[in-house]
Amino acid sequence: MTDAALNPAANTGPRARFNLEAWVMRGGIAIAGLFLLVSVILPLYAMLSKSFEDKDGNFVGLTNYATYFDTPSLAYSISNSLTVSIVATVIVISLAFAYAYAITRTCMRFKGFFRLVALVPILAPSLLPGISFIYMFGKKGFMRELLMGEPIYGFIGIVLGSSFWTFPHALLIMNTALSLSDARLYEAAEALRASKLRTFFTVTLPGAKYGVISAVFVVFTLVITDFGVPKVIGGQYSVLATDIYKQVIGQQNFQMGAVVSVMLLIPAVLAFSVDRLVQRRQVALLSARAVPYQPKPSRGRDLGALIFCTVIAGMLLLVLGVAAYASFVKFWPYNLSLGFTHYNFEIMDGGGWGAWYNSIKLAALTALIGTGLIFTVAYLVEKGQGARFGRVVIQAMAMVPLAVPGMVLGLAYIFFFNNPANPLSGIYATMAILVLSTVAHFYTVAHLTAVTALKQIDGEFESVSSSLKVPFWTTFSRVTVPVCQPAIFSMAVYLFMNAMTTVSAVVFLYSPDTNLASVAVMNMDDAGDIAPAAAMAMMIVYTNLTAVVIYGLLSRFVEKRTQAWRTR
Amino acid sequence: MKIDISKYVTSVASFALAGGLAVNAASAETLTVYTAVEAEDLAKYAAAFNAHHPDIEIKWVRDSTGIVTAKLLAEKDNPQADVVWGLAGTSLILLKGEGMLEPYAPNGVKELDPKFVDSEVPPSWVGMDAWVASVCVNIPEAEAAGLPMPASWKDLTKPVYKGQVIMPNPASSGTGFLDVSSWLQMFGEEGGWAYMDGLHENIARYTHSGSKPCKLAAAGEIPIGISFAFRGAKSKAAGAPLEIVVPSEGVGWDMEAAAIVKGTDAMDAAKKLMDFVVSKEANEMYNSGYAVVAYPGVAKPVEHFPEGLVDAMIDNDFDFAAKNRKAILAEWQKRYDSKSEAK
Repeated sequence: MTDAALNPAANTGPRARFNLEAWVMRGGIAIAGLFLLVSVILPLYAMLSKSFEDKDGNFVGLTNYATYFDTPSLAYSISNSLTVSIVATVIVISLAFAYAYAITRTCMRFKGFFRLVALVPILAPSLLPGISFIYMFGKKGFMRELLMGEPIYGFIGIVLGSSFWTFPHALLIMNTALSLSDARLYEAAEALRASKLRTFFTVTLPGAKYGVISAVFVVFTLVITDFGVPKVIGGQYSVLATDIYKQVIGQQNFQMGAVVSVMLLIPAVLAFSVDRLVQRRQVALLSARAVPYQPKPSRGRDLGALIFCTVIAGMLLLVLGVAAYASFVKFWPYNLSLGFTHYNFEIMDGGGWGAWYNSIKLAALTALIGTGLIFTVAYLVEKGQGARFGRVVIQAMAMVPLAVPGMVLGLAYIFFFNNPANPLSGIYATMAILVLSTVAHFYTVAHLTAVTALKQIDGEFESVSSSLKVPFWTTFSRVTVPVCQPAIFSMAVYLFMNAMTTVSAVVFLYSPDTNLASVAVMNMDDAGDIAPAAAMAMMIVYTNLTAVVIYGLLSRFVEKRTQAWRTR
Repeated sequence: MKIDISKYVTSVASFALAGGLAVNAASAETLTVYTAVEAEDLAKYAAAFNAHHPDIEIKWVRDSTGIVTAKLLAEKDNPQADVVWGLAGTSLILLKGEGMLEPYAPNGVKELDPKFVDSEVPPSWVGMDAWVASVCVNIPEAEAAGLPMPASWKDLTKPVYKGQVIMPNPASSGTGFLDVSSWLQMFGEEGGWAYMDGLHENIARYTHSGSKPCKLAAAGEIPIGISFAFRGAKSKAAGAPLEIVVPSEGVGWDMEAAAIVKGTDAMDAAKKLMDFVVSKEANEMYNSGYAVVAYPGVAKPVEHFPEGLVDAMIDNDFDFAAKNRKAILAEWQKRYDSKSEAK
């Protein structure tokens, strides 16, 4: 042993391998950085510079922006967008808070059921609530009296539709925020004879503060960047997201599209940064001595919670049910007999059944490639050695997609990839660009999931491996990946479902060969074929439901094999 | 053993290669065809053409007239389309002005009504049929809302119709544009805009496509939809309680036309398609939805079409419409594009 250590010649073997390992690591980090640069940063730069150019590509400074603010019908959308986003956020946050409170802080029955039903909107494209509302609140809607003569098209429709599809996103955050609380605080409040109301305002709300703030920004960003709801049911109420579409697709005015994109990027980035700042201040609420809060039965409160949750869950299911039913009705409202006529997509806009197959292909590829890529990058960033600066930069770049609206990303891809000077321009109008844009669009949440899982693994594994002279890729495949199996599966299903439902980025990037189901929903609705649009939207829901069931079965099966160490 | 495997691999590979070549040979040519024809008719059109030329595959790119026009203009320097089959004549005149069309006289073009063919020789575009504006009124919905049956365009500006009318956005829809262009021709420039100011007060919203207003009227979503006759006839045939009104002042129309896009690398196939486009058989096909077609003597009455529609067609000045298209749309957007300004 000592001999070998003293003899430099004997050392070359292990050291050479160590160098190879470091080299592979650095190479991996460089490739990861390059990927994020090409798929996120450079396209955004291309879009930003386009907003300062005229049609022929000359730099014109702020001229386009001046035109924008001089056109009342365009500039008006800024306040429209802000108004619907704020109103929808207030509604969703209040409802989701109450719903989460009922699930976490009461002894209501059927909690598991309510928890599940609240997630239903995630399965559907955001175009779906718009379509359902036409059947519910339109001129011939069976619930139109509820609106007291107000038309559903416009402000009301956008707020209602946005509330439907963002509800689960708010609820997931609220559930986490409300389930962490220290029972000792409630005991203290009780001992001090604080009223229930006072306890709520001095203990419950402050405890959930960061969750609520985070949910506010998430919902606000989702609503302001959404394209599906205002497209279907926005009527003449123009918002920024639909303006980008109108400028680019309707008038092929790419420069103005870029300007509107910047307008949409600003609130999204602001909301994102404020949220990040606030989250940084969060301190651990649960100290080691905390006692988890256990709700005690209280008949009145529990019954109230049950009624409230039943109403909300009922509404969510109703919206989905209406779309499912309407897709079978032969000729609403004059011929209510049922049939499959609207599933004959071949005679409609949007690309027929081929669009549905393409969507499944896109979703599967996004899930497969995206999960592998994002997880590997997260591993390099989290567990990598050396290249510290590179890892910090990648970490920062990985957060950017969350603040970038899909419409903006899609338009940025046109500018960047539909440029003959770009060596990657060959992927334009192919399935590859759809996969790339979708991976980039949903990168951040998947990345954070991976990082959270990786953080749970003790760094000792890497230390032990390296002292045993095991290269990191062996540790990665033998320890890290199996241990993180649950997180990897949930990343894959997250990417799959979002690829099935997304419209915003891909609406600028699909081609006649790569029609997508979600885009077909939009195109059929545009042509006035609302029932077939509902039918295709439901096909997306069924597909996602199948994916979730497979995910459940598969993870139960794999968990038995890879997660046995979690139980003792 | 080893040799066997390699033999097997070679034979499979050569088989696959041969198969690939065979497939390539079968689908020798693909034509990218831009169109604004109703989606439900595209398969029928392609099948009729493929009956004569099974070796030419048509790849459709369909959207509303305004979108297809804007797309073609945007792709001017790098055209993606080989042929345009079924786009507004106004748009093709505009594209011809931009030098984007390849003049070609299809075999049999002489048989067509000269009104439907570009006057230059050889023609840059050939017409197929005329599509004509009409107003779709949902009878029970109009009765329920206490609306009298409109008889003229002017009727639609009456206060009783406030919020009860939907029309297509002329920037995206060819039907919307032919309405606006016909009002400007019938009522004069000043009168036309004054008319639209009044109409705007009654419009619930402007739609992206020209068929949607009639489909919405057919579904009872709105009592009155300004659309085109063919769409109304189709919805009526599907069982919608519609009355298709031909306004008494006359109705705007545009022709659907076809042309070869300059710069296509599939010129032979494009010419074959154009030869088919002007054929009697193709015109009989157009007649299933359009009362007026380019081939004289072919047209038979279309079921559910309103009476007097053909006589009500105005004497359309296509050059006016094509030349002023951009200015008209800019003015329209300035005045009406945001409903928020109006109410």
